[in-house]
Amino acid sequence: MLKQTEGSHAMAEAIALCRPEVICAYPITPQTHIVEGLGEIVKSGELDNCEFINVESEFAALSVAIGASAAGARTYTATASQGLLFMAEAVYNAAGLGLPIVMTIGNRAIGAPINIWNDHTDSMSMRDAGWIQIYAENNQEAVDLHIQAFRLAEELSMPVMVCVDGFILTHAYERIDVPDQKQVDAYIPPFEPRQVLDPREPVSIGAMVGPDAFMEVRYLAHHKQMRALELIPQLSAEFEQKFGRKAGDLIKAYRCEDAKTIVVALGSVMGTIKDVIDDMREQGESIGAVSICSFRPFPTRQLHDALCRAERIVVLEKALSLGIGGVVSHDLHMALAGTTVRAYTVVAGLGGRPITKTSLRTLFEKAQQDALEPLTFLDLNQNVVNREIDREKQQRRSGPTAENILRDLAAGNAR
Amino acid sequence: MDKQPVKFYQTGTFTVGNRLLAPDERSVQANMTRTNSLNSGHRACQGCGEALGARYAIDAAMRAANNQVIAANATGCLEVFSTPYPETSWQIPWIHSLFGNASAVATGVAAAMKVKGRKDVRVIAQGGDGGTTDIGFGCLSGMFERNDDVLYICYDNQAYMNTGVQRSSATPPAARTATTMPVGPEPGATWGQGKNVPQIAMAHGIPYVATASVAYLHDLEAKVKKAMTIHGARYIHILVPCPLGWGAASQDTIRLARLAVETGLFPLYEAEHGEVVASQKIRQRVPVEEYLKLQKRFAHLFGKQPAVETIARIQAMADRNIRKFALLEDR
Repeated sequence: MLKQTEGSHAMAEAIALCRPEVICAYPITPQTHIVEGLGEIVKSGELDNCEFINVESEFAALSVAIGASAAGARTYTATASQGLLFMAEAVYNAAGLGLPIVMTIGNRAIGAPINIWNDHTDSMSMRDAGWIQIYAENNQEAVDLHIQAFRLAEELSMPVMVCVDGFILTHAYERIDVPDQKQVDAYIPPFEPRQVLDPREPVSIGAMVGPDAFMEVRYLAHHKQMRALELIPQLSAEFEQKFGRKAGDLIKAYRCEDAKTIVVALGSVMGTIKDVIDDMREQGESIGAVSICSFRPFPTRQLHDALCRAERIVVLEKALSLGIGGVVSHDLHMALAGTTVRAYTVVAGLGGRPITKTSLRTLFEKAQQDALEPLTFLDLNQNVVNREIDREKQQRRSGPTAENILRDLAAGNAR
Repeated sequence: MDKQPVKFYQTGTFTVGNRLLAPDERSVQANMTRTNSLNSGHRACQGCGEALGARYAIDAAMRAANNQVIAANATGCLEVFSTPYPETSWQIPWIHSLFGNASAVATGVAAAMKVKGRKDVRVIAQGGDGGTTDIGFGCLSGMFERNDDVLYICYDNQAYMNTGVQRSSATPPAARTATTMPVGPEPGATWGQGKNVPQIAMAHGIPYVATASVAYLHDLEAKVKKAMTIHGARYIHILVPCPLGWGAASQDTIRLARLAVETGLFPLYEAEHGEVVASQKIRQRVPVEEYLKLQKRFAHLFGKQPAVETIARIQAMADRNIRKFALLEDR
């Protein structure tokens, strides 16, 4: 049903339609509205046969989810930022045990300095944990990806993170088509666990594994990710057939036909990128974009095929790997090995810094002339940075960096 | 009901051999149909108090729950010695996730059983003192506070034995561990620290809290059995001597567990909804030296110049317990 609604609430409705049996909730901005919505749906009785548990930390949220999933219940939780880091040990554990938990990440920066706004640093920090990571471009896709996520998780018996840009998506009101129960029931079969704690057939789960078998267990977890490369497009196609709209898949190309320059990004920033590309195409520029929906598993071959004929790519990253630069860029270098495609990394939008059409237009035009540095920080205030670097040179006790910068900005010293 | 005090002298310890009891009063462990939930062949050390405690506790729980038990286990000795795959000692559905989350995992299992309509299945979480009083404490307190339908059993051997005997918040003062060496002006574990988790459990107001000892196995079984008749969060804290970590002889595990009780250092009691409802009286009060002397972790107290003051402080701890829990009254 089409409705004008908040992204988080639409996601909550969609998740409820997937009939989760255990939901663990712990508040952290900006995912709170999703679990609040679910709490209301469960408490009102709209979703029956579901345990909604208010836990005492994110570590407990995912640990409760681990127990529930291992005991055969369809299980959901959500978190963001510091919360994801606080549960990090359990994030790896859930994947290592092969438990099909679905978790929303309301993507947000990681402190210090504390910052509640959007970037991708949180989910990127867990890219090696063994979870499938899929990124939503808009709220319709966020709704649709959650429905696909339960199916994907349970078919492979591995956990799935649905990454949704904090605030930009979670708090945005949009026209969203929330499917009905019959449609979702026809898409997601009842949960048949591969392994389950059941007194009728006792098993031990989580045994110590030594050097004789650890490599094999890890390899098989990788093998599952490789299987997901086949399954994600299939589930996306089946979704399109049943729901009448496209969502998910590994990657999505936008106006890439014969494009000399291709912009690569994840998540909601694709909307702005597409607008800029439309403008530039109208003026005869040869530019397109590729959106990565599945970051883990990384669709290396598909990206190679989509990008290998371009002259250059611009990788727009909402995360920064300190000491080297891009995160996604490095995976893309592997995808482009053996080609002559030039790759530029652009770090943008950290901590919620707006990514504007004007900035992107200037950036893409520079890229077209190959006038970009290999690593660029979009809209970085170099004056602010220089003042702090000078201060550190001049005095040993220069004080806390973040506070110095805020003071400079407030005093109008760094325009 | 009037009770006739009867003394049995066969063992010199007031314990009663099963053969002297009526069949329905005998221990679960003495019964041919016991489930051997933690089966033989595991890799615990000789004289391990934790293996003994777990075996009695889980078999008693199985009996009480008609064999419908699922257990979540914290990382630690019990986890490591019981599941060196492809061998597992567990004859029950059992999961190990992490060091600090056994109670949360158990909460999840209990939630799943509820939605699945498996009212008959009971859930147990278990861990050592490190996994309970330290790293797992947040999750434990959360499970208590929500009154989740989980029985948590702590096997307390008073240090991190699995990693090589480091100090935990359950390590007693003056005890030597690998991180509280018997050197300097205040040798051994520092005074004035540590956590009394049974008392903290009681402060949550949960329906049932008990302490138990592997020297009193009938009592231990009875407490587990009672806990299994109750729904909501329950906590049993069992003192389990560790020959390796305590520097004690393997054959002294039961003796030490008994001396801990008879000195007053480890009071045995039960509490319901935050109030003590019963405590086990001390029948032969013993000075703390008798308990301490058997353990190398306290050897520095008994050198050429005995640490009389320190021993007196430990005795004062025992005396305080005796007063607090009325361990000598109603004789």
